[in-house]
Amino acid sequence: MFDGLLTITVFLPAAVGLLVAIFARGKNSDQQIRWISIGATVVTFVLTVMVFVGYDQDLAGVQMIDYLERWIPIDALRSSYLIGVDGLSAPLVLLTGILGMAAALGSWRIKKRLREYFMWLLLLQTSVLGVFVSLDLMLFFIFFEFELIPMFMLIAIWGSGRPRYSAMKFVLFTLAGGAFMLVGILAIYVTPGVNTLAMVSIPELGIVGVPELIAGADLVVPAALIFTFFFIAFAVKLPLWPVHSWLPDAHTDAPTAVSVMLAGVLLKMAGYGLLRISLGFFQETKGFTIHDVAGYMAVVAAVSVIYGGIITIRQTDMKRLIAYSSISHMGFVMLGVAAVGSSAVETSTAGLNGAALQMFTHGTITGLAFLMVGLSYDRTHTRHIPHLGGLWKKMPLIAIFFLIAGFGSLGLPALSGFVAEIMIFLGTFSVWPWATGVSAFGVVLAAGYTLWMVQRVFFGARPTSPGISDEVYDNLTDANWVDMVPVIALAAPIFIVGIWPSVITDMFDIGIQAVVR
Amino acid sequence: MTAQDFWVLSPEIAMALLALVVISVDLVTRSMAKVSTVAFVGLVVPLILTLNLWNGWFGDPATGPALFDTFEADRFSLFFKFILLTVMAGTILASAKYIASDRMKDYGGEFVSLVLLSVTGMMILVSATELITIYVALELTALPVVALAAIHRSKQGVEAGTKFFVLSAISSALLLYGFAYIYGYTGSTNLHLIMERLAVLPTEPGVPFGSYAVLLSVIMIVAGFGFKMAVVPWQMWVPDVYQGAPTPVAAFLSVASKAAAFAVIMRIMYVAFGDANLMQDWSGLFAILAAVTMTLGNTLALSQSNIKRLLGYSTIAQAGYILVGLASVPANQVGATSAGAGPQSVLYYLAGYAFTNLAVFFAVIAITSRTNDDSIAGLNGLLKRSPLLAGLLVFGLLSLLGMPPTVGFMTKVVVFGAALNANLTWLVVIGVMNTVIAAYYYLRVIRAIVFEDAVDESQFSADKPILVAAGFAAIGAGVFGLAPFLMLDLAEKALSIVPAMITG
Repeated sequence: MFDGLLTITVFLPAAVGLLVAIFARGKNSDQQIRWISIGATVVTFVLTVMVFVGYDQDLAGVQMIDYLERWIPIDALRSSYLIGVDGLSAPLVLLTGILGMAAALGSWRIKKRLREYFMWLLLLQTSVLGVFVSLDLMLFFIFFEFELIPMFMLIAIWGSGRPRYSAMKFVLFTLAGGAFMLVGILAIYVTPGVNTLAMVSIPELGIVGVPELIAGADLVVPAALIFTFFFIAFAVKLPLWPVHSWLPDAHTDAPTAVSVMLAGVLLKMAGYGLLRISLGFFQETKGFTIHDVAGYMAVVAAVSVIYGGIITIRQTDMKRLIAYSSISHMGFVMLGVAAVGSSAVETSTAGLNGAALQMFTHGTITGLAFLMVGLSYDRTHTRHIPHLGGLWKKMPLIAIFFLIAGFGSLGLPALSGFVAEIMIFLGTFSVWPWATGVSAFGVVLAAGYTLWMVQRVFFGARPTSPGISDEVYDNLTDANWVDMVPVIALAAPIFIVGIWPSVITDMFDIGIQAVVR
Repeated sequence: MTAQDFWVLSPEIAMALLALVVISVDLVTRSMAKVSTVAFVGLVVPLILTLNLWNGWFGDPATGPALFDTFEADRFSLFFKFILLTVMAGTILASAKYIASDRMKDYGGEFVSLVLLSVTGMMILVSATELITIYVALELTALPVVALAAIHRSKQGVEAGTKFFVLSAISSALLLYGFAYIYGYTGSTNLHLIMERLAVLPTEPGVPFGSYAVLLSVIMIVAGFGFKMAVVPWQMWVPDVYQGAPTPVAAFLSVASKAAAFAVIMRIMYVAFGDANLMQDWSGLFAILAAVTMTLGNTLALSQSNIKRLLGYSTIAQAGYILVGLASVPANQVGATSAGAGPQSVLYYLAGYAFTNLAVFFAVIAITSRTNDDSIAGLNGLLKRSPLLAGLLVFGLLSLLGMPPTVGFMTKVVVFGAALNANLTWLVVIGVMNTVIAAYYYLRVIRAIVFEDAVDESQFSADKPILVAAGFAAIGAGVFGLAPFLMLDLAEKALSIVPAMITG
């Protein structure tokens, strides 16, 4: 079975990126590279929309499958090229399409080593798309790890501050997590009777997936250990307290568009992994199931939410502030997953759906926030909050959209963040009332740090030296149309999902129903 | 010789003739470009003849033994002949500019024909099924390399040549010693007959391999080929020779010589010592060698400051990973998987490694021939000076490191998977730890290329032939990484021909 649409969607950015890097030469090549690369992301966006819309919700299951059975045809490690989308991955594919386009558009003003820059950015998009559509563990792992190379280069070459340090920290954290995951994958494979790496069962192709095969089987390595291996990899990536410390550095030093990708979609790979693998595989395993640790997960989630929130309030760098807020927000994803501990199916699926939706909304909201910080920084050349003030008068458009991102982030009703958080709380409150209650305080913190930052940066008195000199302040300009295109692209889904959440949640629900068996 | 013998030996005959033709062309013309062209185009003949034997275009593909059962053109040997011919073609392209240089142009023809003769020896080696033939082929393989290493007559070159010569002589002596023991014990030099006789000879309980004579013989044979495979503790010549010899020779040695040595050791082990009990014994031997080789190769590479020496140690470490596959024998199988996974993974690893290492070495040749600086610091800022070469080199290094989704990652995963199936979990743990150590020194080179600032900012590009060679090697590495089944299917066919490899 080979549908082809997904393969094209996944590899189009990489192919264009590589071709541009090799062939774009000559005097006017810079402008051409920009247009071609952005064109590629726009086409990819259209393709992801086709994937999302083309998914038949009545049919459910895995669709648009591309299947090449003999990809690694050796008995020691039988792996297939198996990609497809279901309700869980389709919205995330769409999210990657949106953010990939926004990131490329937001890179319009990059001048340094342009050709390589777009090559890495496009390769990054391919690897993230690959993670969301892979249904074979080895393929999943390869895409999951491959993303390191582009990220490393993007932060280290085009970053600011201490880029190489941050890039290396990012790589080492993720690589260590990835090594655990690889061991987990091999441990599953060598279990007698498994001998497959398919992540889901697809009856029409005769594929029996790992979740079914390891249910009740005698695993070679204890299930608890395998679960831990995967969990470490995802906890690093999400990131959860206490393995979060790479995130603020990576975000602060990365160029704007890369921060957008990092917060917007890369962290979601971990959330997706939690739902697809940690939850999908370990519900009926012998000796240990995910239900046993749901309580601990709720506690870690609550710590992440509150710890992230408190640290965030203390930040004086706008970008670092948003980076820390990500830790707090991704804690909610973990909290939603912890709802699996509930015995009532309705509540647990509400929490899981909320976790999935939180991934989507956080992607757009935080992506927008990073974009706005980038636009502001391009003009003022500082992100130090005490040095800023009164920018409202000079750049109202930037202020408005910053405010939208902020309101989304603190969960204002009618914006998408509200829907996700309310679903998570509904799901988890009956099972983990204390953890949920504590986490709910995170929303208050979010309101605090967001509004306080907006107030200090955009309102109040005009800044004085040594922040921004009068001359610079007087010459500040607002965003122009080039800047606004990606901003609109990210702001639109925040409103759409806020007002009409079922466009995404119906889809996620199909996916969650399939994962929770 | 019968017509059948000619048929079976046709690729080797064509190679030897090509070597003679090249040397004659060198006499007639002084243009090294012509010499290279003749050699490169001439390779088509042995390639077609090899393809013919594989596919059976003009007759039966299973040609059977030839030359009184001393030689067999089975698919196992043909698989390696393809690798060898590929390496040969790459080496000719990569040395085209080198042999046309001032100090080489008087020996250009000799250079090419010596490499051709060495490859002829290797092609015989991978096909030989009898100990004396193996030995003769081995000498034909090694002696041209001695001359090649010393071809500059510089102090370093002569040192490299002498070192290689002396150590080859020692390894040959060890090998002959081992061969003599096994001949004395079984009364035959034919691998199939040795297997048959070992099966009926009485065995002593508790002694590995059933008798001390066989044990000694196996150790001697492994030691003898250990030099060629560059396996610890017979590795010390590698960095010195790689640094001293001309880089195209080092590239050639690191791939062709290693592949041929692994081929012949696999054949000896699986055909002569392919009994399930014996298999478990030598599996243990190779497992220990693998652990030591990986660890020492990677650890010593950490402190190198010369790129050629670093690559020398890296090839040692890579040999260690291949040994992991060699140790994963069918006799130790735990899962319900088919038996050939171990040997199949070795073939895949060798092929992937050949492409990757050629890309790396060719890129290094192209770079150092311009910068005249083979320290790692000499690579500083290469990305700005020569983006294409830098890209090729970084890609190759990432593949050696085993970064997904390169062929280096695929081959490692497949080898480790085979080892897990053969109950060698401890070895896999050591292997994974080693890849993390290796990441450090490969990344160090990559950092120099990508991030450091160059002292000399001048731009340069490579010569066409070597760029083509490196490009093709890199494309090969890319394709076999993204589509592992292409190579794994070939490897599976190559196994099914050797009967001992599908039983057990």
